[in-house]
Amino acid sequence: MIPIDYYLWLSVTLFTIGVLGVLFRRNAIIIFMCIELMLNAVNLIMVAFSNYLNDAAGQVFVFFIMAVAAAEVAVGLAILIMMYRNTQTTDINVLNRLKW
Amino acid sequence: MVDIKILIALVPILPLVGFLLVSLNNKRFVHGVTSIIACGSVFASFGISVSLFIQLLIAPEGTEFNVTLFNWISAGGFSASFSFLIDPLSSLMLLIITGVGFLIHVYSIGYMHGDEGYNRFFAYLNLFVFFMLVLVMGSNYLLMFIGWEGVGLCSYLLIGFWFKNQDYNDAANKAFIMNRVGDLGLVLGVILIFVHFGSVNYSDVFANASSIDSQTLTLITVLLFIGAMGKSAQIPLYTWLPDAMAGPTPVSALIHAATMVTAGIYMVARNNVLYTLSPVALELVLYTGLITAVFAATIAVAQNDIKKVLAYSTVSQLGLMFVALGLGAYASGIFHMATHAFFKALLFLCAGSVIHALQNEQDIRNMGGLRKYLPITFFTFLVGVLAISGIPPFAGFFSKDEILANAFSHSYLVWGVAAFASLLTSFYMFRLFFLTFYGTERAGEKAMSHIHESPASITIPLSILAVLSFAGGFMGVPEALGGSHGLSEFLAPVFATSLSLVQHHHLDHATEYMLMGTIVGLTIVMIMIAYVVYVGKKTVPVAESQRLGAVHNTVYNKYFVDEVYNAIVVKPLYWLSETFDAVVERLGIDRLVNGVGGSVVWGGKTFRLLQNGGIGFYIFAMVIGVIVLLTLTVLI
Repeated sequence: MIPIDYYLWLSVTLFTIGVLGVLFRRNAIIIFMCIELMLNAVNLIMVAFSNYLNDAAGQVFVFFIMAVAAAEVAVGLAILIMMYRNTQTTDINVLNRLKW
Repeated sequence: MVDIKILIALVPILPLVGFLLVSLNNKRFVHGVTSIIACGSVFASFGISVSLFIQLLIAPEGTEFNVTLFNWISAGGFSASFSFLIDPLSSLMLLIITGVGFLIHVYSIGYMHGDEGYNRFFAYLNLFVFFMLVLVMGSNYLLMFIGWEGVGLCSYLLIGFWFKNQDYNDAANKAFIMNRVGDLGLVLGVILIFVHFGSVNYSDVFANASSIDSQTLTLITVLLFIGAMGKSAQIPLYTWLPDAMAGPTPVSALIHAATMVTAGIYMVARNNVLYTLSPVALELVLYTGLITAVFAATIAVAQNDIKKVLAYSTVSQLGLMFVALGLGAYASGIFHMATHAFFKALLFLCAGSVIHALQNEQDIRNMGGLRKYLPITFFTFLVGVLAISGIPPFAGFFSKDEILANAFSHSYLVWGVAAFASLLTSFYMFRLFFLTFYGTERAGEKAMSHIHESPASITIPLSILAVLSFAGGFMGVPEALGGSHGLSEFLAPVFATSLSLVQHHHLDHATEYMLMGTIVGLTIVMIMIAYVVYVGKKTVPVAESQRLGAVHNTVYNKYFVDEVYNAIVVKPLYWLSETFDAVVERLGIDRLVNGVGGSVVWGGKTFRLLQNGGIGFYIFAMVIGVIVLLTLTVLI
């Protein structure tokens, strides 16, 4: 039996990688993948606790999150494609017109 | 037999309906229809008033009709109902208001003929009658207050009736504002009454009056009297009344001589129980009235405007009524108020007839010799002048004699001053009379070429009022002359409590004869002097441009009271408001408001720079925000 700490440390590491990726990478696709990373870090912690507490509710949540994430990916990738078609790049620094 | 409740309710409602009909059809009604509605509604009220009066007369003594139309305000411990009280006092007032009011309505048909504001004029008159009736019929202080303010409003509207003339508007403002000063006293008095008695109904208040300590009562009565000072034009709040002559003459007769200005008298008489229990307030009433009576009489001697003379005469006569009230002779005060309503309305209407005949000439220096051109006006004016001078058996003799007799039994000083005022009255009234109707014809060519006696709608009311001015005194013939004080008997239930509280010493008949003889003799001397000066020597008041002696100049300029008020009240007020405008308004409030607006604009301009368009920055801000929130959650 792997102690719960290990899962926690793994999740926090994954989540932090995700956050830092979103903050510092400029490529939209990588940012996108980092967001997925954060989502899955959360999923991991849910499952771990679900098992630890013997409560199935956490796993049900995970299914929901996966379903939402799938939908989000569909929309997000569509946006990325449109962005690439218009600007020939996926660098988000080009998208600086949302200002005053 | 119609229910008495409906009858009583109809008295004020009829003029109100008249007002609504005429004012809502201001542009539509032809003048004939307006006249019928306006005069008819007041006449119907008069008819009902007469029937109520007769019912009171035949009912056993002490009867009063108290009808509640509906419960008006009821909040917590406070309740006031819309209810009317018909007792001898209010019934007499009803007769005067609707009776004299009707005659003046009829008179106005002729006087306002051809005026573009004809319908508006009658609408205002009817509204006035309505409010005046509410004032005297209300059975609690709140209703009286409604009437009180309502008549003030109508007075304002009618003084400024010809509103295209700025002077008239100023006069209207003056009247309104000065009355506000008095009304403040009245409101405070009524509030105090509610605080101490827990009720604003007359019956509750009068029944419990003796259980309140006398200091409180004095405060209440003095405050109420301040209201009366404003409405009834007593020193120091009298200067609005002479200026109020800017209104059409029927208005001067109805509002500023016969009815509205007597509201103060009515109010004090209505509250006689409170006043009797507070000797200090009674003294104040007495001396205010006394000083006003003499002061206004001296001013009237030197005035040259026919209406101004009558206005000051009204102020002086009102002072005399307050003297009567201050002496505790409430019935005498009311008696004089009734006779005064007759002869002063008559005098004003005659003056109006003269003004009408001479194409709006009001200066007596430009009149004279009108006797043969205006015979009816001349004759009725003579009756009025004799009545106000107190020549027996005209109305003024009996009422004035009663007041003077009461004054005599109080103190010789009061009697002397009051008698002096009354002698001055006969002098200036005959001065006015002789200058107008005798001597050389001083009116201009143009006016004389059009001169004519007024139409029947003017002369008939004049004649009726002349009869009343002649015979009105017989309702209160004193015992010394074989009468029975009919009016005092009739009014006795209203003043019963007061009369039982103080004992009245009666003069013996010999003294009364002596007093009457002295006054009438001296009055005739005054009339002779006036005759010698203004008819014998044909003296005419000097023209505006000529210099007057110091005393004459002071009196001619009304003791410069207006100028003094201007200097000590109006000017400082203007200065204060200008200062507040410059400092508080512009430097304080304006800056604060503009500052708030400016800082919001500045904040918006500055903070929008944060929205720089870089998505990385947005995300960074979001993450920082989440961290801050989480930290706060953990910490707190």
